[in-house]
Amino acid sequence: MPEDRRRGSDAATRPARWRRPRAGGAAALYLGVSIALILTLLPFAWMTLGSLKTEAELSLLPPTFLPLQPTLDNYATWLTQLDYPLHLFNSLLVAVVVVAGNLVFCTMFGYALAKLDFPGKRALFLLVLGTLMVPGIVTMIPLFVLVANLGMANTYPALILPFVAAPLGVFLMRQYILSIPDSLLEAARIDGAGEFRILGRIVIPLCGAPLATLAILTFLASWNNFLWPLVVAQSESMYTLPVALALYSIGPSGIQYGLLMAGTVLVLAPILLLFVVLQRFVIRGIATTGIR
Amino acid sequence: MSATRRTQGWTAWLLALPFVAVFGVFMLLPIAGSLLMSFTDMTVRDVRDPFAVDFVGVDQFAALFANELFVQSLGNTAYFVLAGIPLTMALGLSLAIALDAGIERLRTVFRVGFFAPVVTSIVAIAIVWRFILQPDGLLNTALAFVGIEGPNWLADPVWAMPAIILMTAWRNLGLLMIIFLAGLQAVPPELHEAAAVDGAGAWTRFRRITLPTLRPTLLLGAVLLSVNYLQFFEEPFVMTGGGPLGSTTSVSLFVYNQFGFGNYAFGAAGAYVLFVLIAAAAAVWFRLLRARD
Repeated sequence: MPEDRRRGSDAATRPARWRRPRAGGAAALYLGVSIALILTLLPFAWMTLGSLKTEAELSLLPPTFLPLQPTLDNYATWLTQLDYPLHLFNSLLVAVVVVAGNLVFCTMFGYALAKLDFPGKRALFLLVLGTLMVPGIVTMIPLFVLVANLGMANTYPALILPFVAAPLGVFLMRQYILSIPDSLLEAARIDGAGEFRILGRIVIPLCGAPLATLAILTFLASWNNFLWPLVVAQSESMYTLPVALALYSIGPSGIQYGLLMAGTVLVLAPILLLFVVLQRFVIRGIATTGIR
Repeated sequence: MSATRRTQGWTAWLLALPFVAVFGVFMLLPIAGSLLMSFTDMTVRDVRDPFAVDFVGVDQFAALFANELFVQSLGNTAYFVLAGIPLTMALGLSLAIALDAGIERLRTVFRVGFFAPVVTSIVAIAIVWRFILQPDGLLNTALAFVGIEGPNWLADPVWAMPAIILMTAWRNLGLLMIIFLAGLQAVPPELHEAAAVDGAGAWTRFRRITLPTLRPTLLLGAVLLSVNYLQFFEEPFVMTGGGPLGSTTSVSLFVYNQFGFGNYAFGAAGAYVLFVLIAAAAAVWFRLLRARD
């Protein structure tokens, strides 16, 4: 009887909430979900297989599934003729600096918002939160005018600065630091520690989890960021990976799908690997903040 | 005491300063600038002297709503959002319920697998889908297998948008699945047991117990998708260029193109219309899902 087993010793630890399905039902459930999973991952498989095919093979009808003569030529072309290493460097540099900036700035500001009193605090916090829903397209044009007048167009600072102070990070850090007991901080204050010392010695060591979440989410967002780099990176040497890939794909050579698939593998593989390794943090982080 | 308060105030401002300075210059200033700009006649020629422009009142907004392509882009965006959100939420909810109903072994594999598309670059996956959606690509080959002759998806004004919506639902269903899974954990199992004892079937329990408890989670999902979907840009940029016949031009893509033409004020006005739509959509969702309590 399923109802009885529901109250069995494993009921407390078992994650499933509903009635345990009968054996046949469970098999059907697994089958259905597995088919859905295969369909979900099929585009990635198709991309990888396509990247290993020659252009001649890709024009065959009907399309072949497995490559007839697997080749790495498409990858070689990206690495040698299409400057993949340079775009990779740009993407990495921008992402690393953006992550570092957010970790520092958001922790400092988040601590001030969570644990210190200062005039204008509430208004400032609401102002920052209010910008969470502002689409990038709204700030794009004035930002471009600003950057052009600062002489920063087509430079790394222009790619980086607009993203080193993200509202989401402040929200995340403030929420977490609020949960640190005041008594811990008061004790340090009585011992004569200043706020910077308290932040460095007490608060930050307790913030491992939210800092990890913030770092990963910011890295993902920066790696995938497209609109602003597209606007502000004007010479090929400044393109990040998505910009290089997108402009190549809509250019005159954009129908060479073997080459395009190799390019998408080179963009997606690092981030998918990172995700699989750190999936716990990524999924938890995105589920709690709700931002991709 | 008041002395410590005052030093705390100074320290607090010092801690806030780096963030607030960058945020002020690169976020608040452009937001205000965009609004101001939309009431001027600014073009690319005014970049070096942005304060020398003339104010033209609401002329840009009037021109915007008289522009056929902009009106079409509003319609396209509405289509994308109104079809995309229910589809993504239904898929995400189905998967979440399936996983919650009895998937215990391989749970992590399923979570990671379904979530993987969420972390990917839209540009990259849009190119992959362009490949899949080719006239003789993977999808049409599969359809031909069951006797259906698929259209030339991205070149057909009728089918281009559904194809993009399908891809977007595929990319985001894992996000919704994870959010809904967290919500389902909050449904007390005792409720289901009691209802089952009283003879309620699975569908009744879903409607009477699961859905009501899930309301805040559904709200979160709807708000998130609205904010994301209303600004869709990469998909048409990479897959269709906004065509065919403007059928996939989103508001964001329209604004981007105006920026490219040098019509800065006109573009800024379009962007602000989108901003207002996003805020309104969020407000409507909160209303809808709160009101029924």
